[in-house]
Amino acid sequence: MNVPENLRYTSDHEWILIEDSVGTVGITEFAQDQLGDVVFLELPHIGKTVDRGEAFGVIESVKAVYDLFAPASGEVVGRNEAILDAPEKVNQSPYDEGWLIRIRLADMTEVDGLMDAAAYRAAIAED
Amino acid sequence: MTVAPGIGHGTPALRRLALHERHVRLGARFAAFAGWEMPIQYEGIIAEHEAVRMAAGVFDVSHLGRCWIEGPGAGEQLRSITTYNVLRMKPGTAHYSLYCNEEGGIDDDVFVYRLADGRWLVVHNAANAEADFARVAGAAGSTAIERTAETVMLAVQGPKALDALGRVLGPDIATFAEHQCGEIAWRGGAVLLARTGYTGEDGAECVATPEVAGALLDELIAAGVAPVGLGARDTLRLEAALPLHGHDIDATTNPFEAGLGWAVSLNDEAPFTGREALARLKAEPLTRKLGHLAATERAVLRAGYPVTAPGGGEALAILTSGAFGPTVRKGIGMAYFPPDLCVPGTALAVEIRGKPVPVEVVPRPFYKRSNLGA
Repeated sequence: MNVPENLRYTSDHEWILIEDSVGTVGITEFAQDQLGDVVFLELPHIGKTVDRGEAFGVIESVKAVYDLFAPASGEVVGRNEAILDAPEKVNQSPYDEGWLIRIRLADMTEVDGLMDAAAYRAAIAED
Repeated sequence: MTVAPGIGHGTPALRRLALHERHVRLGARFAAFAGWEMPIQYEGIIAEHEAVRMAAGVFDVSHLGRCWIEGPGAGEQLRSITTYNVLRMKPGTAHYSLYCNEEGGIDDDVFVYRLADGRWLVVHNAANAEADFARVAGAAGSTAIERTAETVMLAVQGPKALDALGRVLGPDIATFAEHQCGEIAWRGGAVLLARTGYTGEDGAECVATPEVAGALLDELIAAGVAPVGLGARDTLRLEAALPLHGHDIDATTNPFEAGLGWAVSLNDEAPFTGREALARLKAEPLTRKLGHLAATERAVLRAGYPVTAPGGGEALAILTSGAFGPTVRKGIGMAYFPPDLCVPGTALAVEIRGKPVPVEVVPRPFYKRSNLGA
């Protein structure tokens, strides 16, 4: 299972890539595999503020509906329009083309509470 | 035979398919369904769905109840419990029918196979198999024999399904007309093959012993047929607008409002369970009808979502089934609503997470194969 070293992870199986003060958010390879085929996404509009741990959107697979939880607080400064019409990209490329939103982080210290790749790998090994 | 639930346990153990180990090797993910540990998916629901639409897929549907009736009065006994006049069926054919209750509600929908004079097979939904067997045994006594555990049922579906079956079982199957059934000698045993299915595609369903069916599954996979789980079976049957018992039809819905009046024969004067109620219901105007809805923007419809007027508001109906149809590429669903709204083109909404999402009433089915009869 691919768990890139340069990302931080949540227990809800989301990843965040920190570049300067902006975090790009997506779901992990493990999450897309568990979900199965993604057929619908509901993502927040640019300018919306999200709080860490808050449901910011919805992801639906053929099987079920799941909330997406913000790994960190901040303002939404980007969302992946391409996946709204092609949600299968989340399955095909969860760490790249299948990214979900970008957040301008309100508090960089929140990221310290997230798992690194080794910790996340250990977490999914238990699941 | 039936397995009594919960022997020695508070919760009944799941029943395992005879070919379980093969499904494990094929990469299946399993989940509980109607008391069985069933393959839900292998490669992925959409890939499996597309394999059936574009080529061929094989489903292990051995969880379905299989009950034989063997005796000179079998046809009449079956007629006394089922809505379709099965006595009209020619030997070597299969037909859809219903078990109704005295109020005309649908206790189960079934497939009846007239194998020969005095030899019949009925296939029941897994969740109802025990009650259905009791119903058949009530009419046919000891000539009713359940062989669900001793046999395997494989559905082979898709535009290339008969091709693949022909390569494995021999060219005889090319002579099978739609809904025809018969036995084919194979590998020292026999395969009971019927040109039926539940996907909206051409294909056949095969019943055999686990040994013969295991070899058949292996050879079909080797011939390029994709293993398909219950996940895709649901999206395939929904696109074909085939009702699922327990969802779109149940003991509180009648065949006429469900669009299944064609499976109710009233003109032969034969008594059968529910006949009086069904005759009365047929004469009355429908108070509701099973309608078909398609989302006009990208959305996933799901069972339990309310159907409302276009802008929202109070629920006019509740979706009995729903999905994102992988072939039709839109949200689709079914619900019972007033007949005057059940007109293709009518604009409605489905409430998803508190918001009305526009849908329209569409003709049945959502998907129709283009190579009918090919």
